[in-house]
Amino acid sequence: MTYIPFNSFVAMIAVLGLLSVATVIQFIMAQSNPGKDYSELRQRITSWWWIIGLLFLFLAVGTNAAIVFFACISYLALKEFLSIVSTRQVDRNVIFWAYLCIPVQYYWVAIGWYGLFIIFIPVYMFLFIPMRMVLSGETEGFIKAAGILHWAVMLTVFSVSHIAYLLVLPDKNVSAGGIGLVLYLLFMTQFNDVNQYLWGKTFGKRKIIPKVSPNKTWEGFIGGVMTITLVAGFIAPYLTPLDQLQGFIAGLIISVSGFVGDVVISSVKRDLNIKDSGHLLPGHGGILDRLDSLIYTAPLFFHYIYYLHY
Amino acid sequence: MNRILKIIFVALIAKPVVLILLGLNVLHREKLPKKGPAIIAVNHNSHLDTIVLLSLYPLSLVHKLRPVAAADYFLSNSIVAWFSLNVIGIIPLARKGAAKRDLFSDCHKALDNKDILLIFPEGTRGEPEVTSKPKRGIYYLVKDRDDVTIMPVVTHGLGRALPKGEALLVPFNCDVVVGDAIDETTSSTELMHQLSECYKEQLLQCLTYHENS
Repeated sequence: MTYIPFNSFVAMIAVLGLLSVATVIQFIMAQSNPGKDYSELRQRITSWWWIIGLLFLFLAVGTNAAIVFFACISYLALKEFLSIVSTRQVDRNVIFWAYLCIPVQYYWVAIGWYGLFIIFIPVYMFLFIPMRMVLSGETEGFIKAAGILHWAVMLTVFSVSHIAYLLVLPDKNVSAGGIGLVLYLLFMTQFNDVNQYLWGKTFGKRKIIPKVSPNKTWEGFIGGVMTITLVAGFIAPYLTPLDQLQGFIAGLIISVSGFVGDVVISSVKRDLNIKDSGHLLPGHGGILDRLDSLIYTAPLFFHYIYYLHY
Repeated sequence: MNRILKIIFVALIAKPVVLILLGLNVLHREKLPKKGPAIIAVNHNSHLDTIVLLSLYPLSLVHKLRPVAAADYFLSNSIVAWFSLNVIGIIPLARKGAAKRDLFSDCHKALDNKDILLIFPEGTRGEPEVTSKPKRGIYYLVKDRDDVTIMPVVTHGLGRALPKGEALLVPFNCDVVVGDAIDETTSSTELMHQLSECYKEQLLQCLTYHENS
């Protein structure tokens, strides 16, 4: 076990407290309303216990353990993405290389080599994937296949690895550490999803993007953005090096880009005519259904704080 | 078949491989027959079909699951033969030469023993991810038995992970869709038609299947 900075420890206890409250509420709802089926809500909360339990366990064990944890998340997400899109049989070898880029990318994270971390996938994998495809020699469908493969590693490996890199940034807020940044980003992103849903459910009228997500409304979006901007501003000085004003802007970035990530993955699923990307997380769907917002918030939040403080 | 070896194989190899290197989207798992005699008719795309089906069963039941496999293929090499017979517990089927009435005697013996047979009515693994026409053999196996139902199961995506003739396993999520039991059949043509229709419908429920590819 490593030392968890005090503020981060408090934040973890608070998250577990919130989840316990949700579990109790769900239990009371199911008891007082026996006719209604709450199994999806129950599964959803159970999956949250698993996700948060594993995350906190690996964060508590140490930085490298947490980096391995995020590498596994990337692996599951990449596998899920490549499984739902169509790939050419001839590209099986190329896909194998795409998986191999995960340990390499997270190795750059683990040794804190920022320069290579930031260009390895956008530059080297971008150049390598088509080259390896040429060696197989099949030209039919080449453009589409190269596009899909590079997009896949960008979404699931490059974006997600930004969460892990937060852990190796030098400590600027000593009482929260790198764990504080990760908790802040993950909590704000997921809390944003919940808020946009609740605001939309309560006040939603005007559809924001009916062709992609018929249930998303302007009211939900704006309500979510306002809530997260405020909450993020007040929590920022506690868990991050940001001051309150910078925290408001971080909240704005997270809530707006979280929405974008959500609808981007929704568009992918709509294109493929599927509702969920997998069955890994009962009540949520696949792992991409849970990571959708983070794919956008992680790199944008990272570069925002990196520009301001590192 | 050695029950202990099979449990060790499923616990230490089949289940971890399916969990980590593959990843399953299982639809209607509850419909899988929990006791024999029963027949699971799987569309065949990869050797992984058997491993995936075994991994879906609890360790206490895996010895009941018996894949029916071509003798000329699985018994041709002595190591593969030992593994197939003693660990997996296949029921070898002589595709050529044997007399019709003896052909299924081992299958009947297993069904009498309340085993769950795993049958691949498409015969060969065929082209990756292409469903080919089911063969009639399965009809002649069940036509004189009234204690057996046929459970159609579709797997999809396994042909991407490990196609015929490839040694490199590439991780992909795979779908397993369990259908509704077929229990009434009047002719082999009708059964083949029913099976094909079930497979077609179940295939559409797969997350990894694309109609136009």
